[in-house]
Amino acid sequence: MPESLLAAAPYFGWDLVRVGQELFRYAFMQHAYEAGTIVALSAGVIGYFVVLRGLSFAAHALSHIGFAGATGAVLTGVAPIVGLLVFTMSAGAVMGALGQRLRGRDVTIGLVMAWSLGLGLLFTRLYTGSANLAIGFLFGQIFGINSQDVVVTFVAGALTVLIVIAVYRPLLFATLDEEVAEAKGVPVRGLSIAFMVVLAVAVSEAVQVVGVLLIFALIVAPAAIAERFTTRPSRGVLLSALMAVLFTWAGLTVAYYIPYPVGFFITTIAFWSYVVARFVAPTLTLPRRRGREPLAREEQALHSP
Amino acid sequence: MGRSSSPAIVADGLAAAYADRLIWRDASFTVNTGEFVAVLGPNGSGKSTLLRLVLGLLPPAAGTLQVLGKRPHRGNADVGYVPQRRNIDRDLPIRGRDFVHLGIDGDHWGVAFGNTADNHLRVDQAIQSVQAQAYADRPIGRLSGGEQQRLLLAQALAGKPQMLLLDEPLASLDLRNQIVIAELVAELARANGLTVLLIAHDINPLLPVVDRVLYVAHGGVAIGKPAEVITTEQLSRLYDAPIEVLHDSHGHMFVVGLEAESAHHDA
Repeated sequence: MPESLLAAAPYFGWDLVRVGQELFRYAFMQHAYEAGTIVALSAGVIGYFVVLRGLSFAAHALSHIGFAGATGAVLTGVAPIVGLLVFTMSAGAVMGALGQRLRGRDVTIGLVMAWSLGLGLLFTRLYTGSANLAIGFLFGQIFGINSQDVVVTFVAGALTVLIVIAVYRPLLFATLDEEVAEAKGVPVRGLSIAFMVVLAVAVSEAVQVVGVLLIFALIVAPAAIAERFTTRPSRGVLLSALMAVLFTWAGLTVAYYIPYPVGFFITTIAFWSYVVARFVAPTLTLPRRRGREPLAREEQALHSP
Repeated sequence: MGRSSSPAIVADGLAAAYADRLIWRDASFTVNTGEFVAVLGPNGSGKSTLLRLVLGLLPPAAGTLQVLGKRPHRGNADVGYVPQRRNIDRDLPIRGRDFVHLGIDGDHWGVAFGNTADNHLRVDQAIQSVQAQAYADRPIGRLSGGEQQRLLLAQALAGKPQMLLLDEPLASLDLRNQIVIAELVAELARANGLTVLLIAHDINPLLPVVDRVLYVAHGGVAIGKPAEVITTEQLSRLYDAPIEVLHDSHGHMFVVGLEAESAHHDA
């Protein structure tokens, strides 16, 4: 947080209009809200499919691979986002091509992830020896976003959401029922690659907000919570996106008033929301035995003349 | 069976192979429209491979195959398919109804827009036809094996197919449910004029409903009525090993002598 803010004693109270004015008083806050919103929307929508496809760990690994890309880009004088995108999208395409074979490859993914972090560490050291660069990528730098970044983020974010909308039904089919989808002519492998590349873009965007290490808070947590509240895919996607946006707004707002890192607030909100969701979510807390009732009925039907 | 219309499946000198590995060959048979055929044979003999050929997911290694008068091709809306199912994740947050819906428009691009009432009606009808109304709105992972099997059957039916390919739909069901599901499939096939190929391990729950049996074993295929194919002589010849078929007082058939053969194929 910039020092000047603390001195300014920002307004907070029941006058919500004044609170709004206060929050949007500085360009850096406007940019943070703008970029944060589109990033969260994209992360929430794609996150729903990440959780459904069991790709949480792969998404986590993608962000780490992006760390090597971002620091490498800085070292060679290229924009960090370019390095991030090149690395995550390449890795995403490979993961997508592996498709189902990616499952159960935790060790391989984990090793690639660790090596990427190691590479990033080397690149950071080679650059200036300063740890600030790495900290920014690792934990996010949403308050450092300029208006040009906002435009790039908006275009990338909108693109990812539009692509998911365009492939929504076949993607859902391939996710839930790969074999039948394939038989029905759905290009399962192509979708798998496309999805991982789109995920790579969403992850690269989200790294700006929460950083490489806290990516779970935006990609996985909102979707995991949404899946506890609805068994309808369309509602799940919308709820997941809404959650991600709320977490981001809440995190940014709190961080404006309390001079601790946004990443801390967003992850904290995400974590406790998940804990609360686990206790109150109605959908998946059905009693175990209820599924057996119709069986008993079938048996009766069988014995009746 | 016995209808005058053109046959549903015609195989002539058909062979199946993965890469260089030949699974079976010299399969020549005809499945008539509306016929209920049980596909039997030991593990790894190539029963699922036969379905993959009919679905057009695997090209024939040799010979010809006609499905509903055409060469098999992926995305054939006339063929409904229920693959062999690993356990559905208990926590999968998706209703059975949504699975059924995918059978109608899962292969369409984009999101559903405009008048979706028609599709919802078709989903309802498919769910009713398998009598799954009571639990279609529950998360599918929380249902029993029999309930899941009904909903997956409804998914295949929702696409209004002419043919059903069912890969081990009776596996992991208790005997009573095996009979219930087998009868349900037969009833639906009769009502809708469907041709059915159903892979099973045990012929007995299917005996009251099947027309013929297609036996896949030892690199070859044999087809005929259960009493013709599942005999000591036929199976011994097919397996090229001493096999014995026993009958109990209810007319059930038991194939003995396959233990070594199955173990060999599993390996």
